[in-house]
Amino acid sequence: MRTYALSLAAPVGAFVLTVIVSTLALLAFGSNPVEAYGDMLSHASKLETQVDILNRATPFYLSAVAAAIGFRMNLFNIGVEGQYLVAFLFAAQIGGLISLPQVLHILVIMLVAMAVGSLYAGLAGILKTARGVNEVISTIMLNSIAVGGLLAWLQQEWQAEQGEAFTSTTLGTNPIDESGLFPTINGLLEIFTRDIGQGKQLTGMLLIAILVGVLYNLLLNRTRFGFDLRASGINPFAARAGGIPPKRMVLAAMMLSGAVAGLIGVVELADRGKFPPDPIQGLGFQGIAVALLGRNNPGGMAFAALLFAFLDVSSGVLDSTGAASREIAVIMQGVVLLTAVVAYGVANRLRERDEASEAAEALLAEREVVPA
Amino acid sequence: MTSRLSSMPAWARWMIYAASGVLLLTIVQSISDTDRLTQISTSREMLRWAVPIFLAGLGGLFSERAGVVNIGLEGMLILGMWFGAWGSIEYGAWWGLLIGIVGGMIGGLLHAVATVTFQVDHIISGVAINILAPAITRYLSEEVWDSPTTSPQTAEVGTWDVPFLAGGTIFGWESPDWLLTASKWEIWYLSDVAQLSRGLLRSTSWVSIIALLLVPFTVWLVWRTRFGLRLRICGEKPAAGEAQGINIIRYKYIAVIISGGLAGLGGAFISTELSGLFQGGNSAGRGFIGLAALIFGNWRPGGVLLGALLFGYVFGLDLKDLDGTASHAMLLVNAIALAGVAAWAFSRRRVADTVLASALGVGALCWWLVADTVPSWWSNTLPYVIVLLVLVFFSQRLRMPAANGQPYRKGG
Repeated sequence: MRTYALSLAAPVGAFVLTVIVSTLALLAFGSNPVEAYGDMLSHASKLETQVDILNRATPFYLSAVAAAIGFRMNLFNIGVEGQYLVAFLFAAQIGGLISLPQVLHILVIMLVAMAVGSLYAGLAGILKTARGVNEVISTIMLNSIAVGGLLAWLQQEWQAEQGEAFTSTTLGTNPIDESGLFPTINGLLEIFTRDIGQGKQLTGMLLIAILVGVLYNLLLNRTRFGFDLRASGINPFAARAGGIPPKRMVLAAMMLSGAVAGLIGVVELADRGKFPPDPIQGLGFQGIAVALLGRNNPGGMAFAALLFAFLDVSSGVLDSTGAASREIAVIMQGVVLLTAVVAYGVANRLRERDEASEAAEALLAEREVVPA
Repeated sequence: MTSRLSSMPAWARWMIYAASGVLLLTIVQSISDTDRLTQISTSREMLRWAVPIFLAGLGGLFSERAGVVNIGLEGMLILGMWFGAWGSIEYGAWWGLLIGIVGGMIGGLLHAVATVTFQVDHIISGVAINILAPAITRYLSEEVWDSPTTSPQTAEVGTWDVPFLAGGTIFGWESPDWLLTASKWEIWYLSDVAQLSRGLLRSTSWVSIIALLLVPFTVWLVWRTRFGLRLRICGEKPAAGEAQGINIIRYKYIAVIISGGLAGLGGAFISTELSGLFQGGNSAGRGFIGLAALIFGNWRPGGVLLGALLFGYVFGLDLKDLDGTASHAMLLVNAIALAGVAAWAFSRRRVADTVLASALGVGALCWWLVADTVPSWWSNTLPYVIVLLVLVFFSQRLRMPAANGQPYRKGG
């Protein structure tokens, strides 16, 4: 009973603390918190906003699952950002070169994205297994190489190609054919709701994200590989003694994580139709936040992804109503993450203490039964 | 050879390292068509890039010597950037630095509360701080300056010219500029040394001078005082320290807060001295590179400085290298350095390393031979590649504090 209360108390506590902190932040600069929260909530109650939230939550969720695969074996893949960008680029480039029937075209694009993402992540995996390079540093460096090197290089190439005539809309890879764009699923949502207005499109990758979540759950909890992965995370020495090859697990987890990161590229490709000069950045880090908030649990991460997407999207309305600065949303994201992380830590400790005292009591009871 | 080097006093060893580094640059420069490798502006930019990297790395040293991994340095640096700019605009340059330090310390305090008191995983807490810090600065910028990413102009603390060597003034009397004279002689190698040294000694920011003085200060504080011994025991064997009655928790807190303060100073330096305003994203990952410098430097202050200068040199060279010739010459420097690594690995009979270093070295050499210039994206990428290569070849030789990153629980 106490255990359940504890696991519920942590997120509730984090939420309450976040509301307190953000309210203080709003008050400190003379904004009316009630008005600001009210504006955000009423904006989010519109169907079109909800479509935007789902569209935003999709890459968050994929990014979170990618990070969580590593986290479950204490492997910190901070490089989702770079992996997704590289995968996005290759998928767009190759998708733009070929033209195939729709299903095949999309399949090729997805496979390319996953393969590239997993290879880029595998680089960090090899550095760790072969050379003992800490994956945190190496993935951060690989992020910088992807952003500072690859992206900057492409931008130069594109600009050189088009001479003085370039504009931000003409830059980028060749637009891919309609057949390569992952279809939108407005029809599916409209079964339950009224027609979606304002030309909003619900990304079909939402279904893939849900599928990835289900597969993640099955893989971790129902397969040998998942067991090995969790065992390596909980106690690497015991896992090794149990015959689980640690190096192969590191590499496999890294590459799997990178493959999921690659799928974020497919989401963005379906949205933009090409690799643009200004791909959205920061998805990797927000994914890590979502994974931490959702405790690597498929359901928890879905909730956290929706929460982050809600904050991102609904705060947009503050620009027009002027009730507060829309940046309050990022404050709330940051604070809820830090407080949740601490709250989970506290809850964990209390649970461990409970378990220890229960075990001690059980031991005492056993001794009393045994005749002296 | 190695034993003779290590028996020397530290300053002499450093002189030899520096002299041979410049010699390598001079040799490469004399067979390539650039003079930027040893120009005065190159060493000045090197120092300007290196200072924040070094300060972040030194922050990492305090924290990790006390057993707390600090991935959150980047976030603390960003807090320092914002608070430094704000303090500088509101109260003047020196107050800006101080307030920047306090801003970083707040980040450090958060990290300490999470990791030391609540025993959150160090990397998780650090990542959380890295996400929270830019959020805070965006919100504050929007509210204070009406723009989420930029501030008005900040004040500077000013610079100093070293007298005699770089023509500084003493009580209004302008001393001679010996290094300028020497660099005008155009003697091979000697003038190059003079130019590079002059870049470090002329119009040097006071913050850079403070940062450089922190090297001997840290050595003294962490390795020569009782405080330092206690701090290091937190990172090596906290249980033993506890048995001696040391309040491990308190020392960890102090170390992580110092760590945040140093990163904050680095951030304040970026906004007030380098860019002259706060600009979101201007940290350019220097907190992370500082961590790489910490690992490169084997958790020693001198090593961290060396790593920061190395990364700073590559970044700084890129900044002044619009036609790509200097970066092209750097390819040859890289090839020679990789040859050195290959020889070193060969002497230790490490086959895989020898092959890898030789292959990369030959690759760099071929590129140097084939091309006349290199594109600017390469010089942007090079520092990160160098970080990776350094870790690849040397990370097994390094020794981090034994209890680094491990949770500590009192009495257990």
